[in-house]
Amino acid sequence: MCSLGVFPAPVTAAQTLLERNNELLSALHPGEHPQPCDLPSPQFTRDTLKGHSRPESSSRSAFLDQRDTLWMRSAGAWRDAGLYGLLDEITNSAEEVPRFLAVGSACVLALLRWASSFHGSLFPHLTLSSDEMVAEFSQMSDSALRSFAWHPHTDKFAVALLDDSIRIYKSNSSATPTLKHRCQRSVCALQWKPLCGSALAVACQSCLLIWHVDPTSLSTRPSSGCAQVLSHPGHSPITSIAWSPTGSLLVSASPVDTAMMVWDVAAESAVPLQRVGGGGVTYLSWSPDGSRLLAATPSALFRVWETRMWTCERWPCLKGSCQVRKLRKLSITVFELMYAFIYFFKLTFFSQTSWDPRGERLAVLLKGDSQAVNHPSVIAVFKTRSSPVFELLPCGFVMGEAGAEPRFMQFHPHFQHGALLTVCWSDGRISHVPFYFSSAGLLGGDSPQQALASNTADHSSNKLYTEQIS
Amino acid sequence: MIFECLVLLIAWSVLLLPVTAAVFVLLSRFSLFHPIQWISECTSLLTASSTIFSLVVLCGVVLITGLFNLEFYTLVPSIPCSRMALLGTVLHPRQCVHSLVYCTMGMLVMWCASVTIGGRYSTLGIPCRQSESGEVVTCLNEYHLFLLLAGAFMGYSHSFLGVVQNMYYVSFQPIQQYKYPRFKGCLPMVVKCSVIQSLYSARNFAALYFFFGYAPKTWISSTLHLQIDSSLQPLDSLTGLLDFSLLYHLTISGTFLYFTWYLTVLLFRIYVTEVLKCEGFIVGYMKANDITLVPFFALQDLALLSQHSLSRRLEVFCLSQPGGHPHNWNAISRECLSLLSELTQRLVAHQDAVASNGRVKSQSASSDTRSASLSSSGKDIAETPRLGVPALTAPFTPDVDSPFSSPAIRRLVGQQEPRSPWFGTVQSPHIMRRGPKLWSASTGLNRGFSLSKMFSSNVQLPEASSQALFADSQVHIWALQGLSHLVAASFSEDQFGVVQTTLPNILSCLVVLLEAVDRHFKLPHASSKPARAVCRMGDSTYKTLRFALRAALKTAIYKITTTFGEHLNAVNISTEHRKRLQQFLEFKE
Repeated sequence: MCSLGVFPAPVTAAQTLLERNNELLSALHPGEHPQPCDLPSPQFTRDTLKGHSRPESSSRSAFLDQRDTLWMRSAGAWRDAGLYGLLDEITNSAEEVPRFLAVGSACVLALLRWASSFHGSLFPHLTLSSDEMVAEFSQMSDSALRSFAWHPHTDKFAVALLDDSIRIYKSNSSATPTLKHRCQRSVCALQWKPLCGSALAVACQSCLLIWHVDPTSLSTRPSSGCAQVLSHPGHSPITSIAWSPTGSLLVSASPVDTAMMVWDVAAESAVPLQRVGGGGVTYLSWSPDGSRLLAATPSALFRVWETRMWTCERWPCLKGSCQVRKLRKLSITVFELMYAFIYFFKLTFFSQTSWDPRGERLAVLLKGDSQAVNHPSVIAVFKTRSSPVFELLPCGFVMGEAGAEPRFMQFHPHFQHGALLTVCWSDGRISHVPFYFSSAGLLGGDSPQQALASNTADHSSNKLYTEQIS
Repeated sequence: MIFECLVLLIAWSVLLLPVTAAVFVLLSRFSLFHPIQWISECTSLLTASSTIFSLVVLCGVVLITGLFNLEFYTLVPSIPCSRMALLGTVLHPRQCVHSLVYCTMGMLVMWCASVTIGGRYSTLGIPCRQSESGEVVTCLNEYHLFLLLAGAFMGYSHSFLGVVQNMYYVSFQPIQQYKYPRFKGCLPMVVKCSVIQSLYSARNFAALYFFFGYAPKTWISSTLHLQIDSSLQPLDSLTGLLDFSLLYHLTISGTFLYFTWYLTVLLFRIYVTEVLKCEGFIVGYMKANDITLVPFFALQDLALLSQHSLSRRLEVFCLSQPGGHPHNWNAISRECLSLLSELTQRLVAHQDAVASNGRVKSQSASSDTRSASLSSSGKDIAETPRLGVPALTAPFTPDVDSPFSSPAIRRLVGQQEPRSPWFGTVQSPHIMRRGPKLWSASTGLNRGFSLSKMFSSNVQLPEASSQALFADSQVHIWALQGLSHLVAASFSEDQFGVVQTTLPNILSCLVVLLEAVDRHFKLPHASSKPARAVCRMGDSTYKTLRFALRAALKTAIYKITTTFGEHLNAVNISTEHRKRLQQFLEFKE
């Protein structure tokens, strides 16, 4: 019904600045300000950031080989690689241990490997290492940026960088707190707690960190005492997190764990919700009214949880596992329309969508072909309308500077004059593209924010209080 | 309701018993090299009459465990604030009866286990040949005795840990689940806990038996006129204890024992905290025989209805037909606000107590007046029936004068539980003189708190006073959630503006509570996090309730401020409160 052919032709090698009068304007247009809003748009390059340190085992080759006693080596192997490492160590040092022990451990090791390869053949993602899994199931990119999150209520955003630090930028403030923590490795996802000024949830490789960054503090390096560490055995690496819209619960998911955790963050207690099948949970998204939760698995299956009594429905895969692998990266703002999109786009060529909170602009990140020169990733923006019938109209392509490809994007949660799309580019730049329009109607009306927006929009007619005090 | 719950609980425990017994039999007779013989032995054993008899005995044990759960469970944990108070709790007669019964039950279960395992464990007396005369006499079977004593030990340690870890404290989960999924989710945890606890107990018991095993052995053998077979290795020696098969059977039996008990505890928790799904179920709970649950369920229901049910929210906002008074909303807001302001008073009283205890005596005059005001406020709380949360049911049942209000509340806020060990037993004139100050503050915490001061200041457990202050905060959290959701919903759903009239009260109550909570977290130990429990059956949720309350309070205020936005400037509240709310409007909290 809507093909890319009807889109206005993209202007290459010119940065898109804003939309005005139903037209996307780029930097080539004369008379446009380079930065139309006062939001910070920092740029990070890979060279200035030290990559995350290598695992300790790989630095071993730099030292001379030192033979420890068997006990020491076994203890080290147990600490580093668990049961597998211990059995491997015993099998390898057959001349030092009794024969039956070496043979026994070799047998157990073979049995374990066979069992895990059987399990892995059912769920291929389980054979990946932890780092590969993080790269596979998160929005991580080759740029210096790893993740991005707008605060849901204020002009404040957090960026996770390649060196495992997180920076927080505020409009009208030069202080940019940098968050670093010992456990903060391979950050996969960031999300600010709704209805809270300070709490930021960070999904790390081994645990979940909840930072409490005091908004009034001028400190640039909040101590690691400001972070709560939440972890559960077997629940790592965490690749997706989602706060409930009321801010009372936090759900986390890991591709290796079939259970997703529902955290009561203040009490630091977790309720595991386990469903076998699927082999893990890779993506979580709440519906805006908080009544349902989508949980996608790495295999051809996803579940929709009802959040009153926490029962779930299994949804069948639509077009084979390939589409569902794409689906895990689908950012759904309006839950009900997800299926419409699955049918409209066949889910074959895009990897991310983002819907602005008013439901009037939809950005779709079209995955490019990394081999071909002329097929970079681009962002296509649609105008959407849900009443009286659902409509999609082309708006245009959002382009970056020459050579830069979009990596991830998010709409500003409460931009006054329309919508504001924030895009993280492959060259480490973060830019903001405002779309100026006047709101035509509301989408669905199920979102509390939208209801609120409608109520607060016309102050004159809907005055709650007469002025009691001067 | 609670008795139906008990019947269901016992029925399920009894139904699960054969399954666990079968697993126990399989594990106890396990032999790697004779699998066929192993299976056939187990099947014949499972149908034997002795096993059936053991099962009947175990059913009796389960029944008594269920009754004890019902008798001992609490929704507000009792937190001993000093080591002396803890000792008092452990030595309390009620607790002694509990320990005694659990010791007996432990021995019974272990007797069943040893009969089931059979072999050398089966009977207390075995025939043996005396070395000098060669005649056959009955000797003491030390293996059987060992297992029986282990059962008694495990029973006592279960009872003891029940007090220390607050095993009978029932907490509400952050999410609602149906019974079966919740049971399924908790089962691995229960198995893990029972295995770990059994390993610990086996280690401790082996050590104990090594040192003191001689005494019960000689006592039993002399009272029952059983000989001690000198040809066998005695078990209270190092070589006797290093018997792998014995330790394995001890651990397996211990796991079986703990699992039976823990399962009952788990099922009880699930049944007690279950929320009925039908509309207006509060009416059902009003008929409940156990009144302690009513305020909890009323507030939980309020929090849920305010969030999920539009029709019931509209019922809250509606006006009474003749007269046009918002009775429903008035009742709800009054009860919630009185709960919250009671918490504020409690916090302020605690802060005053801490501050004045650190001061010198020269300020006695001022502290006297303070204590007088404290005592009056404390009396106020104790005597006022308006605190009755059951009046929350006003929207659903017409009679506001609920017969349940006062006793329910007394237990709800934990006031002067008569079975508390120190209540009425302290005769020290020192305590008596300080009486009005110590005993007036609303909760039981100041009791232990000041007692510990009296004995020695350094035996006081850190954080405990803080935990005790917030021990019943689950109701406050629900009240905050319910109130904030209702107020936020009123922005678009309240047609008659019934909420507007109480909004200034609500806002100032929340801000005052926030100030009190903020001040409380500045006290030493109040903001330190408790260590994470490794794997315990005891529920330690109460240790973090104060953090949960603070988070819920801030979220509640944010919920209201983000919904109302700039309209809040027109609400009539004092200037400091407005300043504080402005912080929330700018997301600077």
